[in-house]
Amino acid sequence: MRLLCHNMLQCHIKGVVNGYPLKIEAEKVETRETDYEPDFLRHIFPRIQWDALREAAAAMGVDDLPESVSEEMLEDESFLKQFHHALLEVHLEQGALVCPETGRKFVVSDGIPNLLLREDEC
Amino acid sequence: MGRTDRPENAAPPEIFYNEEEARKYTENSRMVNIQTQLTERALELLALPDDGEPKLLLDLGCGSGLSGETLTDRGHIWMGLDISPAMLEVASDREVEGDLCLHDLGHGLPIRPGSIDGAISISAVQWLCNADTSANEPRRRLRRFFESLYACLSKGARAVLQVYPANTDQAAMMTNAAMRAGFSGGLVVDFPHSTRAKKYFLVLMVGGTAALPQAKGLDGGEPDEEGQQEVYVGHRKTKRRKGGHGDKASQRDWIVRKKQQQRTRGYTSVKPDSKYTGRKRKDRF
Ligand SMILES: C[S@@+](CC[C@H](N)C(=O)[O-])C[C@H]1O[C@@H](n2cnc3c(N)ncnc32)[C@H](O)[C@@H]1O
Repeated sequence: MRLLCHNMLQCHIKGVVNGYPLKIEAEKVETRETDYEPDFLRHIFPRIQWDALREAAAAMGVDDLPESVSEEMLEDESFLKQFHHALLEVHLEQGALVCPETGRKFVVSDGIPNLLLREDEC
Repeated sequence: MGRTDRPENAAPPEIFYNEEEARKYTENSRMVNIQTQLTERALELLALPDDGEPKLLLDLGCGSGLSGETLTDRGHIWMGLDISPAMLEVASDREVEGDLCLHDLGHGLPIRPGSIDGAISISAVQWLCNADTSANEPRRRLRRFFESLYACLSKGARAVLQVYPANTDQAAMMTNAAMRAGFSGGLVVDFPHSTRAKKYFLVLMVGGTAALPQAKGLDGGEPDEEGQQEVYVGHRKTKRRKGGHGDKASQRDWIVRKKQQQRTRGYTSVKPDSKYTGRKRKDRF
């Protein structure tokens, strides 16, 4: 699971209001090189919750993302490369995603979060 | 509409799509072709803006990644949700590019509002019409699914769901549930007069007043086997053509070499080479 996916996920347990962002508990993180697509990065940037990305990246051992960002930074190649790396190249392989409201843990194994709910949760 | 041997009647999806079925499904080249063509048609109906930008898409019921690979081939970035661990395991062994989640669509999508550019689903959503256990009340599951889908799409986005309804009631049940959730649009039936080629696409739109796209083969024709027009975005097309790793064997060699290169460059996580490495992923017409 990449941080792009994490940035879009929220807890879908019935009745949860503050199910975002899911907190990352990282046990195993992998880095995989992928195509650099500045057009996609510029397109998706306005929709990224930056604080959630920054915190998630830190939990995965990537702590060079700037604290605050602006549209202008999308002209800066070195920023785009950092953004690309954090968003698309760092994978959570083993660990968990934790709902900030209920503390419910969604286990991630072999890169795949298990988001199945129990009957009483849906 | 009905195939008499509907898998939907055999067992719940996470049981029906076991390891054996997942492998059979993905290795059957006829199946690969069909799923690829359905995905290409779904993308056409999705009518993404023609601006050359890769988009963030959902593949709902992504299975072993056949539909997702077509999204990757067109340069898009995707997240896939599926209820079958065996199907997802095959997807992950095949190193598909999308992010995979184990998830039941009937529980509602775990995605925050307004975040997605479009969604496709190929041969999956009719499963939500099944009442496998008393708790799986189809209407409630369809409602949760469509409401959460509506919420997570960005303004002006579409969802195109190719489905195999068991009968007209099921087709109506899915369409009505979508409309009640706020979507506009409806069912597009390609090749309605052909038993073999007839296909149902639920084309759903968030906001806007675009007319429902035209179905294919309304004149009683059969699909032509020639390729449709293909649209690529990002760098994908040029990249695929470069490099002269054309035939199957040399392409595998090239991938294995490239992975070795990454390992020596210190990438910790290059997937081990397997029988899937460098396997042909889709047929080009
Ligand atoms: C015919 S396969 C298609 C897979 C893929 N879209 C493709 O084109 O190859 C149908 C898939 O739908 C999935 N599915 C069925 N019911 C589901 C549910 N309630 N939630 C998520 N996935 C479901 C199955 O596990 C299976 O992988």
